[in-house]
Amino acid sequence: MRTFNKDVLYGLYNDEEQLLTAVRQARAAHLEIMDVFSPFPVHGLDNALGLEESRLHMAGFVYGLIGTLTAFLGMTWVFTSDWPIIFGGKPYFAAPAFIPVTFELTVLFASIGMVVTFYTICGMGPGIVNPTLDDRITDDKFCIAFDVSAAETSQVEKLTSFLEASGAEGVQTKHI
Amino acid sequence: MSAPISAIREPLIYGNKTYHDITEDICAGTEKTPSRAWVLAFIAAVTFLTIYVFCVTWTVWQGIGTWNLNRTIGWGWDITNFVWWVGIGHAGTLISAILLLFRQKWRTGVNRAAEAMTIFAVICAGQFPILHMGRVWLAFFIFPYPNTRGPLWVNFNSPLLWDVFAISTYFTVSLLFWYTGLVPDFATVRDRAKGFRRWMYNGLAFGWTGSAKHWQRWESLSLILAGLSTPLVLSVHTIVSFDFATSVIPGWHTTIFPPYFVAGAIFSGFAMVQTLMLITRKVLNLQQYITLEHIESMNRVILVTGTIVGVAYLTELFIAWYSGYQYEQFAFANRVFGPYWWSYVGMMSCNVLSPQFFWFKSLRRNVAFTFGMSIFVNIGMWFERFVIIATTLARDYLPSSWSYYSATWVEVGLFVGTLGLFSTLFLIFTRLAPVVAIAEVKSILKTAGDQYVGPEVARKHAAEHGHAVAAHGHDDHGHDDHGSH
Repeated sequence: MRTFNKDVLYGLYNDEEQLLTAVRQARAAHLEIMDVFSPFPVHGLDNALGLEESRLHMAGFVYGLIGTLTAFLGMTWVFTSDWPIIFGGKPYFAAPAFIPVTFELTVLFASIGMVVTFYTICGMGPGIVNPTLDDRITDDKFCIAFDVSAAETSQVEKLTSFLEASGAEGVQTKHI
Repeated sequence: MSAPISAIREPLIYGNKTYHDITEDICAGTEKTPSRAWVLAFIAAVTFLTIYVFCVTWTVWQGIGTWNLNRTIGWGWDITNFVWWVGIGHAGTLISAILLLFRQKWRTGVNRAAEAMTIFAVICAGQFPILHMGRVWLAFFIFPYPNTRGPLWVNFNSPLLWDVFAISTYFTVSLLFWYTGLVPDFATVRDRAKGFRRWMYNGLAFGWTGSAKHWQRWESLSLILAGLSTPLVLSVHTIVSFDFATSVIPGWHTTIFPPYFVAGAIFSGFAMVQTLMLITRKVLNLQQYITLEHIESMNRVILVTGTIVGVAYLTELFIAWYSGYQYEQFAFANRVFGPYWWSYVGMMSCNVLSPQFFWFKSLRRNVAFTFGMSIFVNIGMWFERFVIIATTLARDYLPSSWSYYSATWVEVGLFVGTLGLFSTLFLIFTRLAPVVAIAEVKSILKTAGDQYVGPEVARKHAAEHGHAVAAHGHDDHGHDDHGSH
C-alpha cells in the first residue's frame, strides 16, 4: 500500500447535491480542500472545485503525431531507400497505400500513450494499492477531505464544524 | 429534488433504485455462487472449447491439407469466420464509443458487456488469419521487425498487411478502453470483498480511489478514446473489406464494399449483443438495468443497418445489370442460380427480409422475437460472408478453373470451437467483472431512473403542482446539470 504520510480529516455525504453545496460553501469560506471522492463522476464538481481542465488530450495529440510520423516516414524510407520493390506497377512512394497503416499507428500510439500517461499521473497501475478513506466511497457515499497534517487544533475544529454543518456524517481523521 | 422531469422519455433504470441498490444488484453476479444456468452453460462452452483445441492442434500438426481449400477457392470457412467474428466485434466499440459521442444514456446498460464481447470476438477472429498461414510458428513474419534477411520488410501496400495493423490496433485499443472503464467498477467490487477476492480485485483496480481529479481525467480519457475508436471501427472493417475490394475479380472489385461491410458489421454485432444481453439479463436478474428501452434501441439500430445492407445488395444487383459488364453480371447470376444458391437464399432471407419486422413496435419490444431474430441475423451475416468469398472464388473469369468447395469436419469444428472459446471467455467475464457499468449507471440514475423520469412521474408531478403535463421536459428549478452524457 502506498503511503502519503498525511493526516486527513474527512466526512461522508449521502447525496451529490449535498456534496456540491458543501464544496461551494467550502470554497466560499476559503477552506482548502485536499480532495473530493465520489462513486461516479459528479457533473459540476470540477467547476465547483476550480479544477483545471485535464491536458490529457494534448498528450494524446503528441503521441498520435509520433505515431503518424513513425508510420509514414518509416514506410517511405523502407520503400524508397532501404529496399525498393515494385508492387503491382505502383510507384515506390505510394502515399495513398501508406495511409491505412499510418492511420492505425496514429490511433495505436495515441491510445497506448494516453492510457499509460493517465495511470502514471494518477498514481495508479497494476499492483498499486492506494489508501482509501472509506469502503463506501465506491458504493454510495461522497467524501470531502482536508489535509490537517500541519494544522492547529483550532483549524481542525473549524473544519470539523464546517463538515458537520454541511451535512457530513462520520467526520473523523485518518492517517494515510 | 430538482431533476429535470421528462414526460416522454421512458426510464432507463426501473425499481426505484438507490446508488447502493445499483452496487448490490450488479456486484451480485461476481459475489453469489454461480447459478445452475451458468454452470450448465459453462460446461457446454468448455466442451466446445475442447473441440476448438483439438481442431487447432489437428490443423497445425497435419497442415492446411486437412481443409478443403483448393487452388481456385483459396479462402473458405477460414476467412468467412474471420470476417464474421471481426464484424461482431464492431458493435461493442460502437456502443461504447459512438454512443458516448452522441450522448446516448442508454449505452450505460449494455456497454460493459458489449465491449467484452468485442474483445473476445477479436480474439476468435484473430485465430483464423494465423491458422490459415499453415506454418503458424512463423506468424511473426507479418510484423515489420528488423531482421537478417536483408532486412526484408513486409508489403505495406497490401491490404492483408493493413489487416495486421488494423486488427492489432483494434484489439489493443478496445482492450484499453474496456479496462479503463472497468477500473472504477473493479474498485467497487474490491471495497466489498474480503480475503483472496480483496487481494485479487486490489490488483485489478489499479489503486483507484474515486478522487475528483481522477474522475475528471477518466472522463477526458474515455471521451478521447471514444473519439479515436470511432474512426478506428470504421477503418478496421473498411480495411477488411479491402481484402476483397482491392482485388480484380468480379463481385469483389467494387467500391461499395467499405460502407457495405461496416454497416453489415454493426448489423451482426448488435444482433450478437442482443443474443448475449437477453440471456445475461435473465440469468443475472438485471432486467431493471437492461430494459426494454435498451432492447428496443438496439433493435432500431438493427433495423437501420439491416436496411442499409439490404440496399447494398440491391445496389450490387442493379450495378451488375446497369454496367453491361458480362463478368459482373455472371458473378451475380451465379450467386443466385449457381451451385451455392442455397447460401444466397439464406443470406437474403435472414438479412433483408427478417429485420423489416422491426418496423413494428410490438415486435421491437418483444424479448422472445428479438432473441430469435438475433440468431437469424447472425446466421444470415455468416452466409453473406460465405457468399462473397466462396461463391465468387468458385467461378471467376476462367471456366476451366471453376471448382466447388465444401468444408471438412476440421473447418466446421474450428468454427464451432471458436463459438466455444467465445462463450467460455464471456462466461468467465460474467463471473469476474460487473457486466453492467456500475459507475456510469449511477451517474444517470437521477436523469433516467424511474423515480425521476417517465410518463408516470410527469403525471404525478403535474397533479401535485396542479398543472397540465407539458409536452416536453421543463421544471428545471435552476439545476445546472445540462448536457450530461
